[in-house]
Amino acid sequence: MNGTPKIIIRNLNVSIGKQQILRNINVQVPENKITVLLGPSGCGKTTLLKTLNRLTDLYEDVNLKGSIIIDNEDILNTNSDITMLRKKMGLLSQRPYPLPMSIFDNVAYGLRISGIRKKKILQEKVRHYLEQASLWDEVFDRLKDPASKLSIGQQQRLCLARGLAVDPEIILADEPTSALDPISSQAIEEKFMELKQNYTIVVVTHILRQARRIADHVVFMYLGDVIEQGPAAEIFSNPKMDRTKQYFKGAFN
Amino acid sequence: MFRRLKDKLTKGWMIFCLVVVILLPLFIGVGLMVKSSLLLEKHSVWNLLFTSSWQPLEGKFGFLPFILSSLWITIIAILISGPVCLLSAIYLTQYAKSFVLKIMHPVIDILAGIPSVIFGVWGLLVVVPVIARISPFFGSAGSGYTIISGALVLSIMIIPFILNILIEVFRAIPEELTESSLSLGATRWETVKYVLVRKAFPGIISALGLGISRAFGETIAVLMVVGNVITIPHGIFDPGYPLPALIANNYGEMLSIPMYDSALMLSAFILFIVVLVFNLFSRFAIARLERFY
Repeated sequence: MNGTPKIIIRNLNVSIGKQQILRNINVQVPENKITVLLGPSGCGKTTLLKTLNRLTDLYEDVNLKGSIIIDNEDILNTNSDITMLRKKMGLLSQRPYPLPMSIFDNVAYGLRISGIRKKKILQEKVRHYLEQASLWDEVFDRLKDPASKLSIGQQQRLCLARGLAVDPEIILADEPTSALDPISSQAIEEKFMELKQNYTIVVVTHILRQARRIADHVVFMYLGDVIEQGPAAEIFSNPKMDRTKQYFKGAFN
Repeated sequence: MFRRLKDKLTKGWMIFCLVVVILLPLFIGVGLMVKSSLLLEKHSVWNLLFTSSWQPLEGKFGFLPFILSSLWITIIAILISGPVCLLSAIYLTQYAKSFVLKIMHPVIDILAGIPSVIFGVWGLLVVVPVIARISPFFGSAGSGYTIISGALVLSIMIIPFILNILIEVFRAIPEELTESSLSLGATRWETVKYVLVRKAFPGIISALGLGISRAFGETIAVLMVVGNVITIPHGIFDPGYPLPALIANNYGEMLSIPMYDSALMLSAFILFIVVLVFNLFSRFAIARLERFY
């Protein structure tokens, strides 16, 4: 473990219906670092990510056991408002899903919901977060255009901007570059490297090279189990488990 | 040997059937226009559509009472069933467990399959007496055979058509959009209100458009409960006489009077045009809106 843990996952078991998706997961996510959930498709990475902000609540027949502790609060067994809890975490999904409204309104959406109405403050904030996501220069003259008119790479950065706008502490990203061209992917990766000073970032990926580029901390998963975890330098240079070695060699994907 | 020939022949038949389907509405439209031309030659369109004196034997054909009755009934029916369908569709697709939707699908199909005359009988036995009971409170004589009775019966009849489309519309919205909105700190209801309904807006318009088309042309069930009195309705507790009822009640009896015959054809033509315009309009609206969202 390097650094103080921001998220502590203890004995987490997730099943949907009769199918066990995650088995006895114990993971610590360090603060202000990029933690990469690495593993082949279908190993439960995305489910683990969605458990972190309780989007699993949307699914039927989901059974969660264990605990996830964020800032001394067990979010799986809590009475506090899940909406507030979700606000703590920005989510970036595989493909960008801009809200059906203008570019400006996309970023202002979370702000308005949390009660900010003053036009001037909204304008300042929208500009600030669009700059944060390196999108401002490309869209400042067409903020009223529908967000769906942007290119897919721009849309993903817009999603980042609207996520940052609600002032989260944690960024959850589910294969955020899988639908993007190389240049947009690079932009997102660089952004993450920059953002980690202020945010705790959890990235799901099955792209080994990407993990090597950005990870500070690696959690390697396979078929619902955590096989190995630790500081990136250690895991990549000296993997201990056979599965991990095989995966690094490209034996399976 | 014959396989290639057979192949060509079957393809030919398919194209023939397709052409028939495409040309049918065109022929119906042209046929109705030709048949109603007799009346249109004698009277101006303006005169026919916007005067209210209906005395065929004296050669006065004012369609206004019928057109207004149809409009009243259709608009009220949509105002009743639109919100009901919208909220049901949102509940079924966003809140309910999936087995509820599985139960609802056959229920909706059954509702759609009930013959309209049965809705008419229901209207006679239930709606008309109830309306007769309450209409005096609204300052009406109260036979129960009123615009509102027709609209109520109609609103139930069009529910399955609107609801079915709306369910599909809401199901087509990707789950990730909901997830995005929730993770930005929105509640379920805020997500529905600000994101899902907006995303579904083109679909909602088209569902309501189809509902209006169906409602406007519905004949027998409405005819049984609206009273069929030729006056301009001044309120929802007045009787009415919608266009389809005019045709159904009189066609076959008045064939000996060419003008009357032509007048009925014209009302059919008006129905045809209105339904056509509504369909085109909602399609156009969808295309425009989808580009934005």
